[in-house]
Amino acid sequence: MTAQIHYADVEVGTELPAASFPVTRATLVRYAGASGDFNPIHWNEKFAKEVGLPDVIAHGMFTMAEAIRVVTDWVGDPGAVVEYGVRFTKPVVVPNDDQGALIEVTAKVAQKLDDNRVRVDLTAMSAGQKVLGMSRAVVRLA
Amino acid sequence: MALDQAFVGRTYPPTQPYEVGREKIREFAVAVGDENPVYTDPEAAKAFGHQDVIAPPTFVFAITFAAAGQVVQDPQLGLDYSRVVHGDQKFAYVRPVRAGDRLTVTSTIEAVKSLAGNDIIDIRGEVHDESGEHVVTAWTKLVSRAPEEA
Repeated sequence: MTAQIHYADVEVGTELPAASFPVTRATLVRYAGASGDFNPIHWNEKFAKEVGLPDVIAHGMFTMAEAIRVVTDWVGDPGAVVEYGVRFTKPVVVPNDDQGALIEVTAKVAQKLDDNRVRVDLTAMSAGQKVLGMSRAVVRLA
Repeated sequence: MALDQAFVGRTYPPTQPYEVGREKIREFAVAVGDENPVYTDPEAAKAFGHQDVIAPPTFVFAITFAAAGQVVQDPQLGLDYSRVVHGDQKFAYVRPVRAGDRLTVTSTIEAVKSLAGNDIIDIRGEVHDESGEHVVTAWTKLVSRAPEEA
């Protein structure tokens, strides 16, 4: 595993480059096919509203997949990710327009561990709300 | 209806092997808009020391969640699957999933709780490759929401 970031070059509080990930209805259809998760709350507005949601929502796993990109883009090798966990706190509501929604992700080094590993804490927001809680990754640096 | 605590610790038989394909990894990477070449270009993957293209970190969920299906749809457990939402998800990787892997999942119920009418179940999926090597563990918390008051 060849991370491109060196353990010695980071400290607690080091911020990773932030990123924003757009998500539209088309994105969700594509993700449903790729992941095999065809739950209609992710593509059928009528169904979503019938079960009490404000509108179609993104797959939690889609949001989780986007958030970790801040870490994998930073470190280079996605294989350097040792652990990754999230809590799904709020849904990402995806309106049926050209804009869709935006998932905004920031991250910082929260702890330096042994064996060149660091814990990175992630924050994912959409429409001003935190959509992931306890979002943490452990990554092995060079 | 509170779920039966007797299910805690129950382990289900390993699933049939799932063969991870290069094109399936590519499809997933495109779906999440991730252009890291390690997902699509074997040479780029080899430059990082991998044997073949690897899968994005959350890719394996499709396999572990399908395996969890045998748990949540166990008629003896009696979980109302139509009201299930995903609460938490965590992965611990021994190594990345890569093209050519033939993966089996062994699911275990780690905890069963009822909280304010919600049924909560924690499932651990241990993922092994064809040689028996442990690849990744996935923990999935599912919440079956209490029905609204009529």
